Amino acid sequence: MPENATVHSATALDLKGAEDNARSFRYQLVAFALVAAFILIAPQFLYPVFVMKLLCFALFAAAFNLMLGFGGLLSFGHAAFFGGAGYAAGHAAKIWGLPPEVSIMFAVFVTVLLGAVFGFLAIKSRGIYFAMITLSFAQMVYFYALQSPVTGGEDGLQSIPRNHLFGLIDMSSDENFYWMVATIFALGFLFVYRVIHSPFGEVLKGIRENEPRMISLGYQVQRYKLLTFIISAGVSGLAGGTKAMVFHLASLVDVHWTMSGEVVLMTLIGGMGTIFGPIIGAAVVVTMQNYLANLGSMVLIIQGGVFIICVLTFRKGIVGVIGSWLKVRL
Amino acid sequence: MFELLGIPPQALFGQVLLGLINGSFYAVLSLGLAVIFGLLNIINFAHGALYMMGAFVSWMLLTYFGIPFWFALVLSPLIVGAFGMVIERTMLRPLHELDHLYSLLLTFGLTLIITGIFQNYYGVSGKPYPIPPILSGGVNLGFMYLPKYRAFIIVMSILVCFSTWFLIEKTRLGAYLRAATENPEMVSAFGINVPLLVTLTYGFGVALAAFAGVLAAPVYSVNPVMGNDLIIVVFAVIVIGGMGSIMGAIIGGFSLGLVEGLTKVFYPEASTTIIFIIMALVLLFKPSGIFGREA
Repeated sequence: MPENATVHSATALDLKGAEDNARSFRYQLVAFALVAAFILIAPQFLYPVFVMKLLCFALFAAAFNLMLGFGGLLSFGHAAFFGGAGYAAGHAAKIWGLPPEVSIMFAVFVTVLLGAVFGFLAIKSRGIYFAMITLSFAQMVYFYALQSPVTGGEDGLQSIPRNHLFGLIDMSSDENFYWMVATIFALGFLFVYRVIHSPFGEVLKGIRENEPRMISLGYQVQRYKLLTFIISAGVSGLAGGTKAMVFHLASLVDVHWTMSGEVVLMTLIGGMGTIFGPIIGAAVVVTMQNYLANLGSMVLIIQGGVFIICVLTFRKGIVGVIGSWLKVRL
Repeated sequence: MFELLGIPPQALFGQVLLGLINGSFYAVLSLGLAVIFGLLNIINFAHGALYMMGAFVSWMLLTYFGIPFWFALVLSPLIVGAFGMVIERTMLRPLHELDHLYSLLLTFGLTLIITGIFQNYYGVSGKPYPIPPILSGGVNLGFMYLPKYRAFIIVMSILVCFSTWFLIEKTRLGAYLRAATENPEMVSAFGINVPLLVTLTYGFGVALAAFAGVLAAPVYSVNPVMGNDLIIVVFAVIVIGGMGSIMGAIIGGFSLGLVEGLTKVFYPEASTTIIFIIMALVLLFKPSGIFGREA
């Protein structure tokens, strides 16, 4: 995204030198500490299921942001991975009776496969073409979920059991399951952080800034994009599978294209191309939906309004703005 | 009676007709998207919502003002088209210089708002819209029964598609438009008001969506989510036809509707996904779409 790209390359120039990197890193450590503190004490004063939902969406948004914010790839079909994983995990837990960690692993496995197929077909296109193609693939998954007897059609998969962790620890209580979700979130988020700060992530940012240059430097750009797509799909699957276990439910809502839009909104509000933006964005959107739920379709109007305001005037997002105040990368 | 591949001809022709009707809507909608995309480089995600709005406006015209179908067929696209022009002026124009993805996101936000507003006031249940008396009933063609209104939809959409194609490819105005996409500075140097041209084009594309909405009102129930899933299918249609290609939109729209109808006869389970499967195949072999230029 050129406009965005200039913002980023400008910050990258400003922040050249190890000193600034170290400064950014110190601030990132503070942010990590804040997130960790929140996860540890949140169940004391917030409803655990709400916090779990928030963590699942934050992880989903982080996975999505890896593609949009760092790879410059706007997928409009990530609901396929998020929702699809819900069905996979639900099926493994309910029909096969597998323990939660295996069910979620199975969901990740399915979404990685799905991501490989969709990614292979979609990465040949760029920009809006890419967005529309991913959207269409996601819709294919949606229609499959709507019609197939395996997914329960309109009803979805209901009363998915959480079973026993490692076959030993009973996960049916929200208190127990909370720590599992927190662990999954932490591992998933650190993984995304690691990917962003690896040589792979640097190449990815290079592709976002100037794809032709990366090609002429000899990078196999398509392979990098495909791998990013697969990683993002897999982590989205991790988030989606976990969410289905939290709510004992895998439903059409999570595979519908509005979910793909919601994750874009979370990333936009939080700040695309930032590390902590997706967490803040997810928190804002999930909280908004939770507290406005009784307003019915007003939620749609408000959400759409926020979307438009973000696109017109607030393209950096919350964390992006804070980051540029502090002159650090967050 | 003869049978084709074990399918009773009544069912076969029925589905072919239904496919052609769906195809008419795909064609008019993807035509509007192609006009907007081809000339303005905007993916109008709000297209489905504006189609719904077209249907709703014609329903409101009838319910609140007693304005019949024939006037709605003209009025509703004008009203919704004017609404589109306001959107273009106030929201899409500031994004013109930015990445096109932002206009996609903006129109996505618009979709939520428009759908939300109609849902808020009218709920999700459908509103009936009567078929105009002159077009009710049907003709028996011997091998099948053809409802008049359905034939009317097909004829109207072919007419609209052909005139739009003619307008853009064969007239002077169309030449200006095409030139303005290639080189806006040059065209404005010739004294043509390019920003106005852009606004009008967007309005025209939106009016096409509303027109499809008015046509759809008597056959589908008018409800706030009627454009929701349709728009994604239409996106797939324009990816198959080639983005921004007028010809691709028209031919793609009709033929994919037909293919969908035939799938419903021979393998009903796949009928909702067949278009996406074709899209995947087209992408494998010709990523720019069947009628598209290499991107």
